[in-house]
Amino acid sequence: MSKRIDVGDLNIYYGDFLAVEGVSMEIEARSVTAFIGPSGCGKSTFLRALNRMHEVIPGARVEGKVMLDGEDLYAYGVDPVNVRRQIGMVFQRPNPFPTMSVRDNVLAGIKLNSARMGKSEGDEIAERSLRGANLWNEVKDRLDKPGAGLSGGQQQRLCIARAIAVQPEVLLMDEPCSALDPISTLAIEDLIGELKQNYTIVIVTHNMQQAARVSDRTAFFNIAGTGKPGKLIEMDDTTKIFTKPGVKATEDYVSGRFG
Amino acid sequence: MTVTTSTPHESSTLTHDQLHRYVPVGLFVAAGALGAALSAVIGFSLPMFVVLTVVIFAIVLPIVSGVVEGRRKAIDRFVTVLVYMAFVIALVPLVSVIWSVIGNGLSAFSADFLTTSMRNVTGLEDQQTAQEGAPLIGGAYHALMGTLLITALAAAISVPIGLMTSIYLVEYGRGRLARAITFFVDVMTGIPSIVAGLFAAALFAVLFGVGTRNGFAGAVALSVLMIPVVVRSSEEMLRIVPNELREAAYALGVPKWRMILRVVIPTAISGIASGVTLAIARVVGETAPLIVTAGFTSSINTNPFSDWMMSLPAYVYSLAMRPLSGSEPQPSLDRAWAAALTLVIIVMLLNLIARLIAKAFAPKTGR
Repeated sequence: MSKRIDVGDLNIYYGDFLAVEGVSMEIEARSVTAFIGPSGCGKSTFLRALNRMHEVIPGARVEGKVMLDGEDLYAYGVDPVNVRRQIGMVFQRPNPFPTMSVRDNVLAGIKLNSARMGKSEGDEIAERSLRGANLWNEVKDRLDKPGAGLSGGQQQRLCIARAIAVQPEVLLMDEPCSALDPISTLAIEDLIGELKQNYTIVIVTHNMQQAARVSDRTAFFNIAGTGKPGKLIEMDDTTKIFTKPGVKATEDYVSGRFG
Repeated sequence: MTVTTSTPHESSTLTHDQLHRYVPVGLFVAAGALGAALSAVIGFSLPMFVVLTVVIFAIVLPIVSGVVEGRRKAIDRFVTVLVYMAFVIALVPLVSVIWSVIGNGLSAFSADFLTTSMRNVTGLEDQQTAQEGAPLIGGAYHALMGTLLITALAAAISVPIGLMTSIYLVEYGRGRLARAITFFVDVMTGIPSIVAGLFAAALFAVLFGVGTRNGFAGAVALSVLMIPVVVRSSEEMLRIVPNELREAAYALGVPKWRMILRVVIPTAISGIASGVTLAIARVVGETAPLIVTAGFTSSINTNPFSDWMMSLPAYVYSLAMRPLSGSEPQPSLDRAWAAALTLVIIVMLLNLIARLIAKAFAPKTGR
């Protein structure tokens, strides 16, 4: 499991509007890469372009290359459904399926694709994924209860369990803790640290301490002004970005002088 | 009458003179007495009494309140009275309809009425019932069966078409085609029901020969009325499914059609099902389109694809307009009222079912 991603000169458009311009970066396998930057600078847009989720919005398109272990995700004939099976995603707001139980939520990725699965196999996958998301002990007695009945932090870990149940190569996280309290945030940060043993993780965060705590490498995005495209300013080891960044704008941002 | 006020603490800026909570009640009783007296002077009648009472109350209460409590409270009380009045006025027709349908319908309503048809019942029997007190014979079984079959068929036609249209509009529709569909669905909701009936009658005249009337033609006419209602209600329900759920399904690598089938529809199913039930309740009492498509009969016909078929509204219409016996119309009118009662009961049951469905399918959030 876990593959690397190489992005080459990626432009992302919404209709005629250029949202993100000229991003190139390498995302290492089995590591945590954090995207930081002010609101509206295109971090989330770029993240969603990595598993072709941005296409859900009408009019969105990209130019450039995104290579998953050498395979271009945007090559002709690539099915976005297959891309998303390899590159999972966790969203800002916990979004368990309200019609499903805890167990069914975890197995949703398999069941919705109507793969055949025996009861014991399902139990095994559910337990492994819930353990992987540090949620097993809290929900093992109520696997058949509705997933929407859990607390916010538990729901978010349920969503992580759901994402890793299909065993993706890469896990994208779009501000996974911004709707959570500090205790739940800590639980998820610990989880990210464990998950990077097996998965390539990319996380967007507004919380710079969080980026400093969990990530190995950090990318700083910025925007010149309203209506201008977002750009990748700098990408380096996290310690370097937060101690002596190469660009003045990065230093201003991480030291809290603007943003 | 004394106006009691709770004594405020003079020093506080937060308290204020208030009417004691029994004062409005007392004023209402006084207004009632005054209204009764005034209407007695003019010539007593119940509507006059009620109107005078309410008008006096609506004038006096704000004045008293204005003197004691101030302008804002006075306006508040005045508008409160207006709102309650509007509510009661809105209830009047509903209650009076139910009252008259039950009052007139119960005399002929019985198990016998629901299980017999009008076959071989003639004006002679009605004359005997009216003049010699013979038991009322003949019922609405054939019309009940007709209504149930025609409505079920109409639902079987409209629900798939309506549901799929709304799925197209919400999940796929972009640009001109979607806008055109929305526009025409809106137009269709406004189609007079007789026009829908004539459309179905004309369609069947072209396809199967002039004068073709059967239950299926009636079902087609009702679907024309039902489809837009189903489209609009399920469209609303699908739209309120949060986009986050769609994204969550996409992010798991679920294809779009399966996402719609397994995530969007189950999440919205309670609203869709109750919307469909209400749409059925809406068309079950349609009269005009059935008269021109399904026709009338006094016999039981359970095959909607051939021969004329009776329905409850048509039954009511024919018995009320053309009683079996011209000299003794009362037994026929009794049957018409009983059939109307049956119809009202069906509509109430459907509304009840809609509520139960909505409750049963609603996503659960218990712990």
